[in-house]
Amino acid sequence: MSNQRTSLLSGDVLDEEIELTLSELCRACRLPAEDVLELVAEGIIEPRGRKPLQWRFQGICVRRVRSALTLHRDLGVNWAGAALALDLLEEIESLRARLGRVSD
Amino acid sequence: MKFKDYYQIMGISRDATQDEIKRAYRQLARKYHPDVSKETDAEERFKEVGEAYEVLKDPEKRTAYDQLGANWKAGQEFRPPPGWDQGFEFHGGGFTGSDPFEFSDFFEALFGRGFDRGAHGRAGFHARGGDTRAKVLIDLEDAYRGTARGLTLKHTQLGDDGRPRVRERTLNVRIPKGVRQGQQIRLAGQGEAGLGQGGAGDLYLEVVFRPHRLYRTEGRDVYLNLPVTPWEAALGATVKAPTPTGTVDLKIPPGSANGDKLRLKARGLPGNPSGDLYVVLNIALPPADNEAAKTAYRDMARTLGFNPRAHLGV
Repeated sequence: MSNQRTSLLSGDVLDEEIELTLSELCRACRLPAEDVLELVAEGIIEPRGRKPLQWRFQGICVRRVRSALTLHRDLGVNWAGAALALDLLEEIESLRARLGRVSD
Repeated sequence: MKFKDYYQIMGISRDATQDEIKRAYRQLARKYHPDVSKETDAEERFKEVGEAYEVLKDPEKRTAYDQLGANWKAGQEFRPPPGWDQGFEFHGGGFTGSDPFEFSDFFEALFGRGFDRGAHGRAGFHARGGDTRAKVLIDLEDAYRGTARGLTLKHTQLGDDGRPRVRERTLNVRIPKGVRQGQQIRLAGQGEAGLGQGGAGDLYLEVVFRPHRLYRTEGRDVYLNLPVTPWEAALGATVKAPTPTGTVDLKIPPGSANGDKLRLKARGLPGNPSGDLYVVLNIALPPADNEAAKTAYRDMARTLGFNPRAHLGV
């Protein structure tokens, strides 16, 4: 492995501990706020807080939004379909984890 | 440059109808979509299929491509014949939302790029670089301690002449303590370079745990299958058990059954709160491979009178 004199980069782990405002989420996912509102309405992501200005999104939402976006763009599914696909994918992931060691 | 057989990539015949092409694309896109697929080369295949579809779904590009002739074989060394695209103008509606940065040099040699070439040089043309993604493979133990990983990434960068070049670069990335399987780490500004004043995109690293000999994880919780003897389970015992942070003495309560879970609080992946370590008991049967062992089993049969099938009504 080549670790030659490259500086050590640190990133943000997109987990539950990171909280993003609406505008931060828009920036992270490169989406206009209207689209994020639509994703919230569809239940793809759930913010804490009542009004959009008070909304806080968990870091994990970035991944969901980005996946929903690519599914929408690449496979032509609408938001409701993307929401369904994401829920099913998450379920598969947790079932796979429970299956124990993944045998490739 | 190698010839690409777009029909072969999509698994269709050269006389496929536009409907068949669309159907094949939809099926392959679902199969290889990096967000959905478990195939190891999903990302590559998905790009390849996207490129093939970009050409074949557009009657103009398809006709031009077909005109190259059916004699080319995939992987064959290829140069576009001079003037091959006379009479075609690949613009307007030809390009979709696919990311033209992802297309091969074969595609580019034939059809150019998805945006106006002249735009690069023009003052005031700015575009933010695309986001990229990669996986980083770590061991469970790394997630307990935190680590650093050297990653070699291929990425496309526009040269001064506005043409893309594939460059390799090595990043050294800190993997913080407590990361979990499937989590993403965002490295701002480490994606593709932008155009003009447009900043670079971000790099999203997905954490993948190497399969572990002993442990498996579910979120922050870690599971270990621990073999115990029937008498340890029945009578209780203190046994040694491995954990990712070192061996512990574990108390097995009397009357434990196969599959019982013992929880070691906060010995899972570190975090706020930390996960737990679950030890799942697996009762191992001693082999009856000598006379003394056989006698012991016979004694048990006599004294225990145990019918494990009572609940089956037999």
